[in-house]
Amino acid sequence: MPIEKHGHDHPKLSWWRTYVFATDHKTIGIQYGLTAMFFMFFGFGLMLLMRWQLAYSGKPVPLLGRLFGEDSAFFPDGIVMPEMYNQLGAMHGTIMVFMAIVPIVVGAFGNYMVPLQIGAPDRAFPRLNMARYWCYLVGGVIMLASFFAPGGAASSGWTSYAPLSVIATSGQTYWLIGMIGLITSSLLGGINFIVTIIQLRAKGLTFMRLPFFVWTQFVTAFLLVLAFPPLEAAAVLQLMDRLFDTSYFLPSGLVISGEILNVAGGGSALLWQHLFWFLAHPEVYVLILPPFGIVAEVIANNTRRPLWGYRSMVYSLVFLGFMSFVVWAHHMYLTGMGTALSAFFQTTTMIISIPSVVILTALVISLWGASIRFTVPMLFALAFLPMFAIGGLTGLPLGLNMPDIALHDTYYVIGHFHYVVAPGSTFGIFAGLYYWFPKITGRKMNETLGKLHFWPTLLFMNCVFMPMMIQGFAGVSRRLYDGGASYAHAQDVLYLNKFMTHSAFGLAFVQLFFIVNLFWSMKYGAKVSRNPWDGTSLEWAAPSPPLPHVNFESLPVAHRGPYEYSVPGENEDFTPQFQADKES
Amino acid sequence: MSKLLGIPLLASEHGGQIDQVNLLIHFIMLVLFVGWGSFFVYVLVRFRKSKNPTADYRGATGHTSSYLEVIVAIVEAVLLLGISIPFWAARIDTMPGPDTDPLHVRVVAQQFSWNIHYPGPDGIFGRSSVTLVDDQINPIGLDPDDPDGEDDITVINQLYLPVDRPAIIHLSTKDVIHCFSLTEFRVKQDMIPGMSIPVSFVPTMTTAMMREIQGDETRNFEIACAQLCGLAHYRMRGAVMVVQEDEFETWLAERLEEKREFEGDYL
Amino acid sequence: MDTIPYTTEVHPETGLYNGKLGVWIFLASEVMLFGALFSTFVFLRVGADDWQGMQTQAALNLPIGTINTFVLITSSITVVLSWASLIEKDFSKFRRYFGATVALALLFLIFKSVEYYQKFSHEAYPENNNFLAVYFTLTGLHALHVIGGIVVIGYLLGPGAKMWHTEPERYTNRIEVTGLYWHFVDLVWIFLFPTLYLM
Ligand code: HEA
Ligand code: HEA
Ligand code: CUA
Ligand SMILES: [Cu+2]
Repeated sequence: MPIEKHGHDHPKLSWWRTYVFATDHKTIGIQYGLTAMFFMFFGFGLMLLMRWQLAYSGKPVPLLGRLFGEDSAFFPDGIVMPEMYNQLGAMHGTIMVFMAIVPIVVGAFGNYMVPLQIGAPDRAFPRLNMARYWCYLVGGVIMLASFFAPGGAASSGWTSYAPLSVIATSGQTYWLIGMIGLITSSLLGGINFIVTIIQLRAKGLTFMRLPFFVWTQFVTAFLLVLAFPPLEAAAVLQLMDRLFDTSYFLPSGLVISGEILNVAGGGSALLWQHLFWFLAHPEVYVLILPPFGIVAEVIANNTRRPLWGYRSMVYSLVFLGFMSFVVWAHHMYLTGMGTALSAFFQTTTMIISIPSVVILTALVISLWGASIRFTVPMLFALAFLPMFAIGGLTGLPLGLNMPDIALHDTYYVIGHFHYVVAPGSTFGIFAGLYYWFPKITGRKMNETLGKLHFWPTLLFMNCVFMPMMIQGFAGVSRRLYDGGASYAHAQDVLYLNKFMTHSAFGLAFVQLFFIVNLFWSMKYGAKVSRNPWDGTSLEWAAPSPPLPHVNFESLPVAHRGPYEYSVPGENEDFTPQFQADKES
Repeated sequence: MSKLLGIPLLASEHGGQIDQVNLLIHFIMLVLFVGWGSFFVYVLVRFRKSKNPTADYRGATGHTSSYLEVIVAIVEAVLLLGISIPFWAARIDTMPGPDTDPLHVRVVAQQFSWNIHYPGPDGIFGRSSVTLVDDQINPIGLDPDDPDGEDDITVINQLYLPVDRPAIIHLSTKDVIHCFSLTEFRVKQDMIPGMSIPVSFVPTMTTAMMREIQGDETRNFEIACAQLCGLAHYRMRGAVMVVQEDEFETWLAERLEEKREFEGDYL
Repeated sequence: MDTIPYTTEVHPETGLYNGKLGVWIFLASEVMLFGALFSTFVFLRVGADDWQGMQTQAALNLPIGTINTFVLITSSITVVLSWASLIEKDFSKFRRYFGATVALALLFLIFKSVEYYQKFSHEAYPENNNFLAVYFTLTGLHALHVIGGIVVIGYLLGPGAKMWHTEPERYTNRIEVTGLYWHFVDLVWIFLFPTLYLM
């Protein structure tokens, strides 16, 4: 391989090149992590305001309310107005999905760990990697700036259904432009991932020796590259509708508050939904596949035995990736769909649930015969399994059009997807962070604080989201400013609103343990060696933290599969991939 | 079990099927979850490090899991082919025929109210046109020159339906997407601009009966808007009044009378 | 950063260097982008009352469209010839062909502007009807791709050409991937032309 076998004599880069316009995948990964964490807390904050309003409708938000004068149009004296509520909802969804979870799992974890796990010095296109971060940041800033737009931020839901979004205030324009930035970023990232994983694998690291996390990133990258462009197209078309008065999404003869809408007409409102969900269904798998990967890594490491059914997991994953492109209209059963179409989409939806079942089952069976270490990352990884199972299982009634009549657009849907993204994806993220923190910083996070973070988080997550299922059954619609207070059928379950809100605030509070732990451990955590967890994959061959720009002192070679734990006849209970075969 | 899950009151003919399937599938989910969950807890306890200090390289053998996956797939296939697809074909694609004497009603949504349009005694909807829309006096733009529309009746936020008679409701919207949701009748259908989408159902319980069951003299069956449609989406609410056939006819006649009087004032 | 393998030489398994694989994947995403736009076109056309009428009304300039098609096809040929010249290590021949490609691309844009100008002066704007909306959006996005191509080619002819003297192989690769991209831009037009002007 034509590669310099050393890396210590790199010219010293300026401060700007090292920390700001960095091309090192590790620095970019950390930039991503910190930025996305900031956005995540922001999205979390928006959600708290929303939850406050749902429980204490029309009462001023304590403390924060004082900051806003009584002249504030959406937030007079801290009272959430309906305009404000809709902005909060749309932006909470958008920020969490596109600016927090995806950037954390792909931009931060993927960026940082994939080159290490495949034994590469960096990504294939380091400068493209940098460009990608800046697209993301600019897109994100435009999104946040929209709160200062006249009329406030986007308020038509994260789905931005036309025609509502087309006639909305200028915040929607910011949303669309911001989305174009975020999409471009994901595209560049996806291309880079695919090339990196295909071209830069270490010697001996065949596809079937790749850690499962790398596989999930590989499939995710294809989803990013193939599913995002249609939304980009859709965003361009909606911008045309908003700025150049075309009518892609506007049928003829609309009357908006008594005035005939003065456009050519002839467009289709459903066209937007098709383009949006064609992206957004693969997108939800982008939210969950990398956490699958993280959980698999952590489970293998802490059970001290190989993953059970690695091959079938990989095949399921690839199959899941393919299928995710043909289920999108299960979000649209109630748009007036005939039997043939709905039969098709129901069938594909049922089929796509099978690979998830296979992967989850394999992970659970991996525990059989294990020697389980209940470390903090393992706790999060283990909790992920039943939490994702609840989220996934509740997807099944939604996927059948008949129960969906009762459940569509109710809090049941909100409950379904929060179970997969909140105790699902975020638990994966936490597991990954506690697990790889030593690799990134050379120090370990505090176990006690970690446990103090884990247990209440698990409890509160369920207290927030389980009642949503009950409300959903009662038929309470989502996106209601007053949480359903004006509907007769909601009266019996309204009391749950306060409970959920208190739990959400409790959830916020216990994140303090995490934040304190994170920053404290960066400085004072116990110093560790390069392989503190006795892991087997290639990232543990690099120093902690890995060397700037080249990662490894010399590029590792893979001699075996990724999870050779407790191999019979070996002295240690782990045989790393990079350990040379014994002379025979 | 429907009490347990908090499923709302049921007041339509087909709704029972939806509830049953819903209960069935949740029961299956529960079984799966408890099954998997118990196995999960069992292994966590049995294979913890303090109990089992050395792990087994080979782990579980046997094919139980494949059988399980096949069973899940079969159950899903049955739910799909045996229940959900035929149901959709029977309910959504086929409307009650003329032999059942269905009542046709149009519901035209707008930000943020429901315009209900009855064809009147002639059973034919009058022509309407967007150019004639006037939010105060002619919200759906009925054409006064069309003889078919002469006996038409429009009311706002009040959907009167006779009990036990199929209703076919033609849904459309003047502006953005709304969603016509009748919780107690298990009816939910988006209203898409530029389209007219029919839904049908048979109400089986009158408002009076419902009030008695609920012990609440002011309660109504409600029309909820289930799709975000703007600021006042949360209070885009209407009422469904299910009454006996004769009561319905009287109500209709009264509305017609009112309309004539109103028009008289203008002439 | 030159520690990254396969920037110039090909990977033994895939037979590609990084840049080439990258461009292929980028083009796949472009296919999805234009695929979505073409689907939109089909969706709207099928749902329209009188598409043909709108099209007739729009009165696209068929001669200019045809000439432009030839201009782009020619530029696709010159871009291949320029790459071939580099393989023959004939840099000045390369400069001529590559220069011709930029010139043709600019010619395409000039014709396009003339067409747009004609439309605007006849008060034909995207808002008039959906046919014109599709026409302006699709040709506009395509023109943006042409402009992108011009920027890249311009860079490689100007400041980027230094690389020929330091890393000729890598430079040749860059020309090759630029060529791939350019063919794609050409191909999109070959789909656009009949759908908008002829059908
Ligand atoms: C990460 C995100 C994610 C994931 C993974 C999923 C997974 C699935 N989703 Fe979900 N979904 C969303 C995010 C996600 N969804 C979002 C965000 C929305 C709402 C969007 C909006 O309207 O705003 C939504 C909405 C949504 C709808 C539309 C509902 C409606 O609007 O009416 C439907 C309908 O089919 C659906 C179905 C499914 C199905 C069948 C799966 C399947 O893939 C699930 C398969 C998994 C299983 C079947 C679990 C199996 C595991 C076990 C059984 C193991 C048990 C183990 C132990 C107990 C230890 N989802
Ligand atoms: C990935 C997506 C995601 C996530 C994680 C969340 C998290 C949460 N969401 Fe949200 N939500 C959505 C996506 C998400 N949501 C979407 C798409 C909608 C629909 C919007 C619409 O209607 O258009 C929605 C809507 C929605 C509603 C319904 C509003 C309505 O319909 O009126 C509610 C109500 O309670 C809610 C609550 C919550 C709560 C309590 C959490 C909590 O679980 C939050 C928990 C979060 C943490 C505990 C954060 C801790 C993590 C970190 C700090 C990061 C650490 C960083 C590193 C490791 C680098 N959400
Ligand atoms: Cu109408 Cu919501
Ligand atoms: Cu989906």
